[in-house]
Amino acid sequence: MNGTLKNTMLFGIIALMIIYVGLVQSWNSALLIVAMGLISSIMALGVNLQWGFAGLFNVGIMGFVALGGLAAVLIGMPPTEGGFAAGGMGIIGALLLGAGTILAAIQVMKRMDHGWPRTIAVIAVLIIGFFLFRGLLDPAAERIEEINPAQTGYLGGLGLPVLIAWPVGGLFAAGAAWVIGKTALGLRSDYLAIATLGIAEIIIAVLKNEDWLTRGVKNVIGVPRPVPFEVDLQNSAAFVERAAGLGFDPVEGSTLWVKVLYIALFATVLLILMWMAQRALHSPWGRMLRAIRDNEVAAEAMGKDVKARHLQVFILGSAICGVAGAMMTTMDGQLTPGTYQPLRFTFLIWVMVIVGGSGNNLGSVLGGFLIWFLWVQVEPMGLWLMNLITSGMAEGSALKDHLIESAAHMRLLTMGMVLLLVLRFSPRGLIPEK
Amino acid sequence: MDLLNALIAFLNYVFVPGVAYGSQLALGALGVTLVYGILRFSNFAHGDTMALGAMATVLITWLFQSWGISLGPLPTALLALPFGILACIGLLLFTDRYVYRFYREKKAKPVILVIVSLGITFIYNGVTRFIIGPDDQNFFDGERFIISAREFKRSTGLEEGLSFKTTQGITIITAVIVVIALFWFLNKTRAGKSMRAYSDNEDLALLSGINPERVVMITWIIVASLATIAGVLYGLDKSFKPFTYFQLLLPIFAAAIVGGLGNPLGAIAGGFVIAFSEVTITYAWKKVLVYLMPENLEPSGLVQLLSTDYKFAVSFVILLIVLLFKPTGLFKGQSV
Repeated sequence: MNGTLKNTMLFGIIALMIIYVGLVQSWNSALLIVAMGLISSIMALGVNLQWGFAGLFNVGIMGFVALGGLAAVLIGMPPTEGGFAAGGMGIIGALLLGAGTILAAIQVMKRMDHGWPRTIAVIAVLIIGFFLFRGLLDPAAERIEEINPAQTGYLGGLGLPVLIAWPVGGLFAAGAAWVIGKTALGLRSDYLAIATLGIAEIIIAVLKNEDWLTRGVKNVIGVPRPVPFEVDLQNSAAFVERAAGLGFDPVEGSTLWVKVLYIALFATVLLILMWMAQRALHSPWGRMLRAIRDNEVAAEAMGKDVKARHLQVFILGSAICGVAGAMMTTMDGQLTPGTYQPLRFTFLIWVMVIVGGSGNNLGSVLGGFLIWFLWVQVEPMGLWLMNLITSGMAEGSALKDHLIESAAHMRLLTMGMVLLLVLRFSPRGLIPEK
Repeated sequence: MDLLNALIAFLNYVFVPGVAYGSQLALGALGVTLVYGILRFSNFAHGDTMALGAMATVLITWLFQSWGISLGPLPTALLALPFGILACIGLLLFTDRYVYRFYREKKAKPVILVIVSLGITFIYNGVTRFIIGPDDQNFFDGERFIISAREFKRSTGLEEGLSFKTTQGITIITAVIVVIALFWFLNKTRAGKSMRAYSDNEDLALLSGINPERVVMITWIIVASLATIAGVLYGLDKSFKPFTYFQLLLPIFAAAIVGGLGNPLGAIAGGFVIAFSEVTITYAWKKVLVYLMPENLEPSGLVQLLSTDYKFAVSFVILLIVLLFKPTGLFKGQSV
């Protein structure tokens, strides 16, 4: 069986599974799986760039995705009235001051000679800077959060078309990746893992607590959409007529149509990124990255700048995750910092990359769809399984209730098992690297 | 008098919680550092190993409580702890036999083992939630306080009370005993010496006839004991909630790296460095400063450097600083 045929079959099987969901459950859930599958594929593509091309181990995907979500809010939401006047300048000043403090500390570090005076000077600069930063930020943040806290209480966004947020989300993620890459790359591979794990937790903590920025756990809802609202479609006579012509009632037709539009947008982004990733893979740059991955010492001896290339690919991969994060927040229409869980946003993506086939872009896309499908469908399957197992037990027994209640936790178990089995028996994944 | 009040407030809110938390982190970091030294990978499943060991202990504690067994003023969990450790040892040896050993024999790259340990994290987390559910579980019983704030105030006549919880006392005492036992084992026994030899130089250890599988087995047994003890102590002191153990992973790793990965002494020092930095930076110092400052200079705000929600950021920043300036850690760790 040749490669192309096998790949077509694999994708065909996933398509059939999604169609099956459409027939048995509802077309709405089937389309939702496709849309989220596309977003997952993009994230997996980004991680594949880091892991598959360059062997970098990033466990902070959640943080980069969340930064993308932040971009959707900062670009798409309308500005809060009076918010900027109340504390905008204070916030900007504080942020500039914070950045300036760090730059000053770095300069002191570079200019002064090694020794105790330097250490003390750096610490002094950082402490003074920190207090000035807090002194400027806190009152400004307080004033902003006082503005109609039930509705806004945050700065709001720029009110630009939300599609602009997608590349901006990528930029945000790239910025964070730069900071991490600068410090942790070049050390042991595990250190990068731990540093990324940390930055992800911190980004989520900032989103949860800085109310002036994201309303914190009060969530930002109603992020503008690049596609029409279902209600507007239902009120438009032309749409209702067209839906009726295809045999849909207006409500169902409008929800499906909106999903189709999202899918078209996401698919466009995926195709562009996929094309770019494929070109990168087959370019001299891609060959160099793989050479570095397979033998760092040899590549360095050939005059390749290992650290710079690692930094480059780490930033690029994280930026792709940021784009995907902005897309996801756009589709959800809300930013809910409380829902960012590492198991869902970091490790699931890893399962996708490993299962699909690390080092192969097509594999990442396949993994994205397959694992997302499993993630969504394992819960009903687990419930069904539990009902089957417990069918012989007495009605109302404590064990039966407990088992059925716990079926929701089957997801984690299944994903862990899938990851371990693939790593053990088919470590190159479903579509191996060529 | 004011000075004394400030001191008591400091002890009550910063020092005692810091020591207890530091002991818990140190025990966790010891487990991470041992796996790193012997098996040579960063074990991401350590947090969830703690959760599973603690869960086993919680279940056995409930069983004992239902039988009416108790330790009087001490929590019943202490009685259940050995059984929890046994369960955890069984689980880790099973995992090693069917998962890690395959990669060890293949001499897989460390990063592959890290990914495998991620898969294990998933499974352990799923098992924990499956058995006990994702919610808070209370398994503490016995006397709550060794010194309660009210009694302390009454007997000393000070404004500030010092409370010393039983769990804090148990944490500190247990940690001291465990650390002494561990170091005695590593330095004095044959098995411990073979472990250190294996950690220092694998090839040389193999040449001198050390059985690697035995070393690995002993390591997992110790790691399981440490993880369970740390998990139970944390659960007693705060509360048992499966998800919090995953979040402990960051401070634990930070502690292990700050001290120098692979170095047990460093893990303990790192645990206290991280714990005290977290507590001092996220504590609202107003309560202490009120007594120290003259009346007109009293702070108006809380004098809190960072809100407690950012405690992860503290361990992270310390981690970054150490990685930037001393990648092998404060005590010399294994490698860069």
